[in-house]
Amino acid sequence: MKRTLTTAALAVVLATAAAACGGSGDGTATSDAAKARGPIKIWYSNNEQEVAWGKQMTAAWNAAHPDQKITAQEIPAGKSSEEVIGAAITAGNAPCLIFNTAPAAVPQFQKQGGLVALDDFPDAKKYLESRTGTRAKQYVSPDGKYYQVPWKSNPVMIFYNKKVFAKAGISTAKPPLQTYDEFLATARKVVKSGAAPRAIWPAPTSEFFQSWFDFYPLYAAETGGKQLVEDGKSQFSSAAGFEVADFWKTLYAEKLASQEAYNGDSFAEGKAAMAIVGPWAIASYKDKVDWGVAPIPTSKGAPAGDIHTFSDAKNVAMYSSCKNRATAWDVLKFATSKEQDGKLLELTGQMPMRADLASAYPDYFAKNPEYQNFAAQADRTVEVPNVPNSIEIWQTFRDAYARSVIFGKQGVEPAFDSAASKIDGLAGQS
Amino acid sequence: MTATFQQPARPPAGRLAGRVASKVFGSQPLGAFFVAPYLLFLAAVFAYPLGFAVYMSFHDYFFAAPGAIVDRPFVGFANYAAVLGDPTVWQAFRNILVFLVINVPLTVVLSLLLATALNAAIRLRTFFRVSYYVPYITASVAVVGVWLFLFNSNGLVNSLLGPLAPSPSWLVNEHLAMPTVAVYVTWKQLGFFILLYLAALQNVPKELYESAAVDGAGRWQSFLSVTVPGVRPATTLVVLLATVTGANLFTEPYLLTGGGGPDGASTSPVLLMYQRGIEQGNPDIASAIGVILVIGVLLVALLQRRLLERE
Repeated sequence: MKRTLTTAALAVVLATAAAACGGSGDGTATSDAAKARGPIKIWYSNNEQEVAWGKQMTAAWNAAHPDQKITAQEIPAGKSSEEVIGAAITAGNAPCLIFNTAPAAVPQFQKQGGLVALDDFPDAKKYLESRTGTRAKQYVSPDGKYYQVPWKSNPVMIFYNKKVFAKAGISTAKPPLQTYDEFLATARKVVKSGAAPRAIWPAPTSEFFQSWFDFYPLYAAETGGKQLVEDGKSQFSSAAGFEVADFWKTLYAEKLASQEAYNGDSFAEGKAAMAIVGPWAIASYKDKVDWGVAPIPTSKGAPAGDIHTFSDAKNVAMYSSCKNRATAWDVLKFATSKEQDGKLLELTGQMPMRADLASAYPDYFAKNPEYQNFAAQADRTVEVPNVPNSIEIWQTFRDAYARSVIFGKQGVEPAFDSAASKIDGLAGQS
Repeated sequence: MTATFQQPARPPAGRLAGRVASKVFGSQPLGAFFVAPYLLFLAAVFAYPLGFAVYMSFHDYFFAAPGAIVDRPFVGFANYAAVLGDPTVWQAFRNILVFLVINVPLTVVLSLLLATALNAAIRLRTFFRVSYYVPYITASVAVVGVWLFLFNSNGLVNSLLGPLAPSPSWLVNEHLAMPTVAVYVTWKQLGFFILLYLAALQNVPKELYESAAVDGAGRWQSFLSVTVPGVRPATTLVVLLATVTGANLFTEPYLLTGGGGPDGASTSPVLLMYQRGIEQGNPDIASAIGVILVIGVLLVALLQRRLLERE
């Protein structure tokens, strides 16, 4: 009897809980918000350099706009920024602007009703496209609108350890890394000579984003700038995709790359001779590694000036909980102005997504020639596709890649074909 | 002699109310008052989320901003059909079964043996008790780092094993990854279960050991005939707790095997729920996995109770 009563009580609580979850809210008055001005809140990334940039940008804005002050803070800690932002959208306490919005998460945030279409502001489209140039098109959502400002990229390239290469008897000035055959021969030399235990050590783990730092840059280079999904159809189950996959598969099969994750920084510790990194690595490895940089390889060895790579961009988005959107839009333009982009470059070494990057800051690149390669590469970057179910698509791809390329449990073609058909279904959903 | 029967008089209204109150709140209504805060706590942090999860699992549900106009239609069992038709989900449940088959018996046997040893008058008893308890209270992130060093290809374990070291190594071997995680979790949780058994051992009457000794039982025999039956209620608790915490495995495959690798060989249902619900924005699918997991754990717990509590 007691048990029956307890069960009945639990059922009542559950039913009440379920009933309470039934309704959905009503719409927001977006047009009023788009004209409203006043104080706003922003979040920025928590790395030291970006915090310094965020603080000076906030101070500069607040000094000139005492009636529309910014309150800025680092993104609250969590497993990832995307989870924290997703939770903030659901709770309705996201700030007006987040200067660390991952393009891969934008479709999900948009579906949640968490983002403001920047097209609500009459000058937005023109501003974005004139600042970023043709690359801006990669950030248009399937409904034809912009929900993010392309802010900064970290175009990835091949970093190599000169000491390790010298020990293996490989040229350190112009190492043979242009074609897949050259790259593999160099990798074999490194490992065979014992100069380093592995030639390259990308994380072989299953997180959805890991393919951005092994398969995707090489795929972008091999295809001359194709995205994983274009026009709602997956593109990787193709001759170019198989070529890239076979290249990596050889590295894993010959133990030139490791199936095991490294518990630390394999490049900094000399456990791997090469790494796929963005310009952030220059400051990071400054006192640790005598490094050189090379473009991403292609099967036939395309000229450096034609090579595309993954952008590893982080953007700025405006969140729908924002009340004073006119101020937020002005702050967005201020924070991505030529002056503030220059400060970003200076303080972080990351590349503002400006069409005129190299010519806009000639003094900086003259003073810091090591960044020139990345600046040149920044013009030819490929973004993750802006499609529905973006993260699920990347996880599906990663699972197929891990199974076939890293662990060799299945042929590349059947694994990619099966992932492609699932991804086509996901990309086609609204 | 005649017997007369008298109809009981109708109780006055006040007494009736008292009866109703005692029926609802029991013979000690004050007790209900004291229990109420915990009941509210349970309703808020357990019943409500569980009810919400059940609700989500029957709808095309996703998290949305307050005020956003979204459509979350009722989809019946579609989410369950999607989950049951997904080989990744089946693999995750198979993985957790492998985990439980290794982890639960190992936990029971090791914690009972070690508790019995620690209960005896041995040298450095306090040191050993603390040693077994330290992993339990240490943050998993820190301990996982140590295990990564121990079990990687060039780690201490493989160095000791020499030519007997498995290839591929433990955590990237599809057959060994989940058993390694199970052994890790057993080791990490052992201190807590030893503590439960140590408490239970205090309740085993000393006279029983004396009687067993008089009857000629050796140490092993008295362990089997006196200790094991004497701590049976604790064994039920240990089995139940190990099963429930084991079925909710998340941190270890997330950190130790880099997101359930190699190739999903150590993915647990809860890790999958995290990936689907939080990372990929499909809380409806994640909830369906969660509800199936709850039902599965309840069935296993019921089975265990039947087996362990029978006289």
